Amino acid sequence: MTVLSDRQQLSYIASQAADARLNVELETEGMTLNIGPQHPATHGTLRIICRLDGEQVVWAEPSAGYMHRGYEKLTEVRTFPQVTTLVNRIDWLGSFANEVPFILAAEKLMEIEAPPRAQVIRTILFELSRIANVSLFLGDLGVQMGAITPVFLAFRDREYVLNLIESATGGRFHPNFDRIGGLKDDLPAGWIDETRQVMVKLREFCDIIEDLLFGNEIFQSRMRGIGIIPADVAKDYGLSGANLRASGVDFDLRRDQQLPMAWDKADWKVWTHPDGDSFARCWVRLQETRESCKIVEQLLDQVPAGPIMTKVPRIIKVPEGEAWVSTENPLGEMGYYVVSKGDLGPFRVKIRSASFNNISIVPWALKGVYVPDIITILASLYFILGDIDR
Amino acid sequence: MGLVDKGRMPAPLTKLFNMSRSYSLWVYQWGLACCAIEMGAAFGSPRYDVMRLGVIPLPASPRQADFVCISGTVTDKMAPAVRRLWEQMPEPKYAISMGSCANCGGPYWDSYSVTKGVDQIIPIDVYIPGCPPRPEALLEGIVLLQQRIKNEDMAAKWRGEEFTSLQTTRERERVANQPAAVEPVAAREPIVVGGGPIE
Ligand code: SF4
Repeated sequence: MTVLSDRQQLSYIASQAADARLNVELETEGMTLNIGPQHPATHGTLRIICRLDGEQVVWAEPSAGYMHRGYEKLTEVRTFPQVTTLVNRIDWLGSFANEVPFILAAEKLMEIEAPPRAQVIRTILFELSRIANVSLFLGDLGVQMGAITPVFLAFRDREYVLNLIESATGGRFHPNFDRIGGLKDDLPAGWIDETRQVMVKLREFCDIIEDLLFGNEIFQSRMRGIGIIPADVAKDYGLSGANLRASGVDFDLRRDQQLPMAWDKADWKVWTHPDGDSFARCWVRLQETRESCKIVEQLLDQVPAGPIMTKVPRIIKVPEGEAWVSTENPLGEMGYYVVSKGDLGPFRVKIRSASFNNISIVPWALKGVYVPDIITILASLYFILGDIDR
Repeated sequence: MGLVDKGRMPAPLTKLFNMSRSYSLWVYQWGLACCAIEMGAAFGSPRYDVMRLGVIPLPASPRQADFVCISGTVTDKMAPAVRRLWEQMPEPKYAISMGSCANCGGPYWDSYSVTKGVDQIIPIDVYIPGCPPRPEALLEGIVLLQQRIKNEDMAAKWRGEEFTSLQTTRERERVANQPAAVEPVAAREPIVVGGGPIE
């Protein structure tokens, strides 16, 4: 320890006192900042109320419900095949992926399984909707940080995927294509070759985004080390999907559970990142897009011949019982708890959507950050309002 | 402009004004749900490129916007915000309702929390059906809105009346000059995309 002279000590005390006086003069009252309900950075209509002290957030609270459309109640008055029309619209960027867990739950109750061809096509469409979803996220990421170019690229390349989905299902992004026991239609002619070409384009898109955005110095300095979520906190809040994997937890329902889908037929990898910051979350999503392209390319070679529909009665009545099926959707774990009383429609459906849990961490993650970081943290958590409010 | 103050404008001047207005529209994107993505595709993507129609997306605030595109589900919780947005916009202002949800509730027609039709809250000029409408449908809706603006009687607007087309004004004048009673012409007829010829 260095010995300070009296003179040094006195000057230190004097400087501290001056600082303290200055701080008293500059002390702010604090203000409340309202973000939303309509704000480009909130992907729709999330409202966040922040209490600020100067530039720092002391307290933040998301106010959900601006997009509450009452899905769980509506499913009670719809028949089983009609429910897919509704659940399409929960996560509107990856619509096909929303139908799959519900259909699987209904099939589980009826004790049937889709034929192998339908399973593979289902998986391909599932991954295509993941690509359509995450590519828009990657483009939008730039906009939130003030770079407009990536979003044009994303919209350009996303259109190719949407064209594929449209040519197979007839809908650009609300396909309503999955049926209990299989699929509505077979693939159109030439679809497989076309998909192969599009996957090449999508990989190029990932490379461009990696160069343009992830290699950008400003992007890195705004993302790295911001909004760090440790693994145990992430688990406590029930995060799932890329948000969880970016905290270093190796968890992917596509690999970790057995479903009548075709993910195990392809060779792919679950990416994790040890950092848990905003950059890690975006990076994991970028890698996942590449993995999805890989899965699709491999499955395209293995589409078996055969029917696309098993035998189901014309009027579908699901036997009495309860079933829970969840899958790894673009945003995270999405599950349906279906209770049937043997009627035409479900008695009760509980929807577990990923974004609702993912934004529950917002009060924790926003505590103590600076105002510009609010946007990057929200952007990297990646939620979709329909998925939060349902 | 003394003519304007008196509420009388020569037809060529009106035409000139209307044409200028219809090709410099700032649109406020009020994206609420799934349709917002299609709106984003129409306004933000290189494939559809809305700017060639003379529409400029992304104004800084509704106070600078000429028309608002309400796309998506309006819930009862959101409805006051939509109304407030509408009141913040300066006249002359127009509204496009995009998607079945905004038109009439769409798939949530029997939901307890959805406002069935944004036209309960604000007056709508162009309805675009579809769930979601394709971006091309939105572009057609914008073209129809431009035609509507080109046909508008500015003098009536300045008098504070609802939307009145030039034809309606002419018809009214004709009726007023006629001694016999004729049925009054409906002042505000919304356009539906694909719903037949417009005036
Ligand atoms: S009309 Fe359809 S696509 Fe548009 S917001 Fe409503 S549910 Fe979504």
